[in-house]
Amino acid sequence: MDVRLSPEQVTLRDAARQVVDRLCPQGVAQLDDAERAAKLDAAVVTSGWRELRTSSDDGGPWASAVEVAVVAEELGRGLADTAFLGPTMAADLRRLAGAPPATTPETIALGPDLSEPAVAPGPLGLGAVALDAQGATSALVLLPEGDRYAIGTITVGHPTAGVDLTRSLAGFPAGATVSPLEGVSRSLGPDDLARWRSLGLAVTCADLVGVMRGAVTLACDYARSRRQYGAAIGSFQAVQHLLADAYVAMEGSRSIALHAAWAVDALDAPGALEAASAAKAYCARAARSVCETAIQVHGGIGNTWECLAHVFLRRALLSSEVLGGVGANLSRVLAARGIGGDDELR
Amino acid sequence: MNFGDSPEELAFRLRLRQWLGHNNPGLPPSSTSDEYWAGQAAWHQTLYDAGFFGLSWPKEVGGQGLPSVYDVILDEEIIAAGAPPRPSVGYLVQGLLRHGNEDLQRRFLPGLVSGRDRWCQGFSEPDAGSDLASLRTRAVREGSEYVITGHKVWTSYSDAADWCLVLARTDPDVPKHRGISAFIVPMGQPAIEQRPLRMINGITREFGEVIFDGARVDAANMVGEPGEGWRLAMTVVSHEREPGELGYVARYGKLVNELAHIVEGRPDDYGPEQRRDLAWALVEAEMLRCHVSRRLSDRLDGLSHGPEGSVDKLLMTAVEQAVGHAALSIGGAAGIEGDDTWLRVYLYSRAQSVMGGTSQIQRNLIANRILELPSS
Repeated sequence: MDVRLSPEQVTLRDAARQVVDRLCPQGVAQLDDAERAAKLDAAVVTSGWRELRTSSDDGGPWASAVEVAVVAEELGRGLADTAFLGPTMAADLRRLAGAPPATTPETIALGPDLSEPAVAPGPLGLGAVALDAQGATSALVLLPEGDRYAIGTITVGHPTAGVDLTRSLAGFPAGATVSPLEGVSRSLGPDDLARWRSLGLAVTCADLVGVMRGAVTLACDYARSRRQYGAAIGSFQAVQHLLADAYVAMEGSRSIALHAAWAVDALDAPGALEAASAAKAYCARAARSVCETAIQVHGGIGNTWECLAHVFLRRALLSSEVLGGVGANLSRVLAARGIGGDDELR
Repeated sequence: MNFGDSPEELAFRLRLRQWLGHNNPGLPPSSTSDEYWAGQAAWHQTLYDAGFFGLSWPKEVGGQGLPSVYDVILDEEIIAAGAPPRPSVGYLVQGLLRHGNEDLQRRFLPGLVSGRDRWCQGFSEPDAGSDLASLRTRAVREGSEYVITGHKVWTSYSDAADWCLVLARTDPDVPKHRGISAFIVPMGQPAIEQRPLRMINGITREFGEVIFDGARVDAANMVGEPGEGWRLAMTVVSHEREPGELGYVARYGKLVNELAHIVEGRPDDYGPEQRRDLAWALVEAEMLRCHVSRRLSDRLDGLSHGPEGSVDKLLMTAVEQAVGHAALSIGGAAGIEGDDTWLRVYLYSRAQSVMGGTSQIQRNLIANRILELPSS
């Protein structure tokens, strides 16, 4: 056991950190800077980070979920307004099915409440959504085939505004139909889906850890500079304790999220899903609380559109809901112990 | 980055698993009954004699000289076996390793590590709790000895202890942090009176008050130089806050497994709120296992003594209190007869946010030393 990042993982993190610090929005107004966003997107394309889960020669992914999580944490910290989770999940699904890598920007579709992958034929016309829709031309869906699944693809509609100001969702154009994905060499069984889902959960956890890190940094910077009663508000215990609790929640989240990322490729499929579910429940609860603290520490300013605190909270709310939030994952934790159904604590 | 076992680690794990299968003393949950403390000393020696205690400490003092992460394996296997957690003496060991001279380390560490000698820690006083540096116990030099007079409280296991690590004021004329020295005091002398404290869950053997009324200690038993007691105290309390040093991953993992077994056997008897409390306890305990794996990995290239223990302490407290709430929820509080073990687990959990430095003190330390917020 050695849970420290390897030298290669540290190099990857530093590279992601550089891109984030150079090209991510530094303020709410910069979210509208299309030129900056295009440069960020181009830098992510050049980096190859969206292809980390494409198939290598032996059928395994080029990089483990730990590398994916390392990148996701940095993108979350910087409020990166570019696609990552969607294309990463799509690449992994293609790999699991033995399909060649996508040639056009691709993402995945989730069911209406985002807690499950979209299954067709199913409620695709009734609110299924494409994740990370900006720039994506198509989305992958699951096609039931007995007790296994094939993969289908569908054209993505126009991105729409949602809770998250940094990543958009999209519906599907009227009349769009699901067609079977070409080049698939095998169908997916329960273990494939459990592992795929655990990847998605682990990456959303890493994103949430990054969001928490960014929100804590933002709030601490403000607490050092904002003065009331003749002193920086960060010198008052009432404020210090809020920020200390936020930092602790972020550190605990980081520990369980790292384990979930490792488990995706290292444990058996049920073990990976159990690790990911526990991590997601913990990180989702922590992230909302930490982002709310960031708003509180900013006082009135924290409740204005111009303060980045709500952008962190909004990103956290979307990442929390993707593949299920607190309730759904607590139920999965119990189900892994043979207690209760899969969805009763939602 | 790897949470998995190396071949050597796996071999150790399997050897340990087999041994635990035959040597689990089956004590009641820790800190719920006096019976636990009566059996815990023997458990310490049994673990040590089999080579399964003091895994990461130097061989010269009775440790096994293994990498820090072996303690995670020990905790995980203790959970799987439902055995008692490893004894929590690591913070004393770290204090003596860092501040004790060679003579003190040679004389005292082997007995402390093996469990042949029992130790307690005389830090807090009735008027020196969070403000520990204001302590008033005095140590006055008389020839080759110091004479100690004062009143200590929250002294864990003082009734069974052979030795007490005492903080006492040796110089009243310098600023409070600089006038404190540390001594290893023999407990078996008439000038030391020990009084048990009865805690809210009924236990009487864990915490005590100790009255020093002219107790004597050889000057050679001073740890560090005169006036260096505060530095030792800070080392000891920082490690006392670390679940990796205390072995508390096993403590919580074992309790939460027992609660899960109760519900697994009769799922229809427990409603959604009870199952939710159980789920949170499972998740929190899992978080701590992962967190300790991370902290002990950080020690692979050497130990540090920074403020991170305050983060760990707050995480550990959240786990203990989530387990406590699950114990209350599932084990029940209002029964009029029968086994009240789970109520005792819950009530004991309230102490975790006080002992070893309150949660409020930990937040102060994190704000000032990690977040670098301005001092108030």
